[in-house]
Amino acid sequence: MTSSVAVHDPRGFPPKVIGKRLAPRLESLDGKVIYLVDCLFDNSDVFMEQLRLWFAEHIPLAETRPVKPKGSWQDDPEMRATIEANGDAAILGVGL
Amino acid sequence: MGLALEQSGIPTVAIHTHVFARLARSVAQANGMPTARQTFVPQPVVGRAPEELRAYIEGKDPISGLPFAQELIEGLSKPLDDQDLSGLSFERTTERLLPADSEDRLQQLFIDNQWTDYQPIVLPTEARVDAMLAGTSHARNDIVGRLRPTVYRELWEFDVEKVAVNAVMSGARPEYFPVILAMAASGVSGRSSSTTSQATVAIVNGPIRDQIGMNYGVGALGPYNHANATIGRAYGLLSQNLQGGSVPHESYMGSQGNFLSYNAVIVENEAASPWEPLHVQHGHAADTSTVGLLLGGWYTIFGGGPRDTWREKFTRSLQACDPYTGPVIALDPIVARGFTELGFDTKQKLLDWCVEHARLPAREYWDNQWIQTLHRPRAVAGIEPYATMLAAKPEELIRMFRPEDIHIVVVGGGTGAMWQMIGGGPRLTLCSIDDWR
Repeated sequence: MTSSVAVHDPRGFPPKVIGKRLAPRLESLDGKVIYLVDCLFDNSDVFMEQLRLWFAEHIPLAETRPVKPKGSWQDDPEMRATIEANGDAAILGVGL
Repeated sequence: MGLALEQSGIPTVAIHTHVFARLARSVAQANGMPTARQTFVPQPVVGRAPEELRAYIEGKDPISGLPFAQELIEGLSKPLDDQDLSGLSFERTTERLLPADSEDRLQQLFIDNQWTDYQPIVLPTEARVDAMLAGTSHARNDIVGRLRPTVYRELWEFDVEKVAVNAVMSGARPEYFPVILAMAASGVSGRSSSTTSQATVAIVNGPIRDQIGMNYGVGALGPYNHANATIGRAYGLLSQNLQGGSVPHESYMGSQGNFLSYNAVIVENEAASPWEPLHVQHGHAADTSTVGLLLGGWYTIFGGGPRDTWREKFTRSLQACDPYTGPVIALDPIVARGFTELGFDTKQKLLDWCVEHARLPAREYWDNQWIQTLHRPRAVAGIEPYATMLAAKPEELIRMFRPEDIHIVVVGGGTGAMWQMIGGGPRLTLCSIDDWR
């Protein structure tokens, strides 16, 4: 008969996750300021420029504002404050 | 950043390439916002022409199959539902002990849960973990630190006992435990999720090397010593298990993976070195023990010498190193003594020579993917030395590394005049081992 053993769980302690609500959505993009945030991954600036051109052609009443954070993979509180003060929406790309 | 904007009232959509779909959803869930709006375009974006990227925008999201642009607009304007308004709160628990079972089934359970490196482990029974805990004066419930696979993931916490569990799994002995605890406490993961397949290189210095019988002589970088082998393995296992996983597509995105993730422990041969050991270079007393960690490990270049043409060989080898991660230059004691005979009577002199001669044309330096992604924003922001380097003419030879980017260690048994340049990392984290005795 095979003996039974008890062993430790090797995993660490995960943090408690607190649910967060999404921001209210816009009724329309017309007349709104949309920040296009270039996440600084290689070639993401070219992608975001194409997105800006697409908006200009298809949603001309929305104003897009390209913006770049100070560094890759880091928060930029100054840039976020600008978006919060002057923007109605944001699109982040491309990458995490 | 997107989740922070949502919390401040700015509706946000994040665009990712499709290979990051599972990872992106996992991060959103772990941040309590599982319905955060995300859209996907095909991989890759890198190297694609403007018209190809325009086709991504006018095409379909490869994950949902819906038109990409439609998802983008609806992500900003479609009314929210109940889950959007509440987010998702939950607690995840990890038990201290797993349900008792047979050894074979437990071995399989650890494999199925991706808690191993796919080599057999020593099952962490209570008796074995208690024995490991005797290797430190710290209490089992003392918090050691927190780890995560990358900066945008949540930090997981762990105590001494949890580190001991992983140390047991690796086959380590209790006397090695202070080294393993120091590595765990460093905050540097040995299982980075970077798409670049980073590994973490560890450099051990001080009396602990001899006290626990580590190998810094013949075969030091290979599988020829119990302490070297199991300490390196323990660091990998504790990293993946204590940080919440290292699972491909979810919490590991290294495209090719890295052999050095199995083990990248370098033990400096201080007695045979003509120079100061690494920890003394960085202000630690010679009679203290440290482990230095470098997150990188992207390459290895080999050479012999120093021969008559060493300058050419070293220059070409340094130029072949990745400019974002300077090398750890690992010299056999014969090579180190050879350099002293050439006038390099300190490590610093050789290091200065390397910094001076490791140069690339500016156009080549700035074309590097990681320099472009990580240093260029600093240059544009006016941060030196990057701002001056960005102003250089395309063919101007600019320095690849700052002095602190290159590390020189002496390791090996003197059976050959060999050296290796091993990919280091942008930042050395030097940790006290003695604090964990």
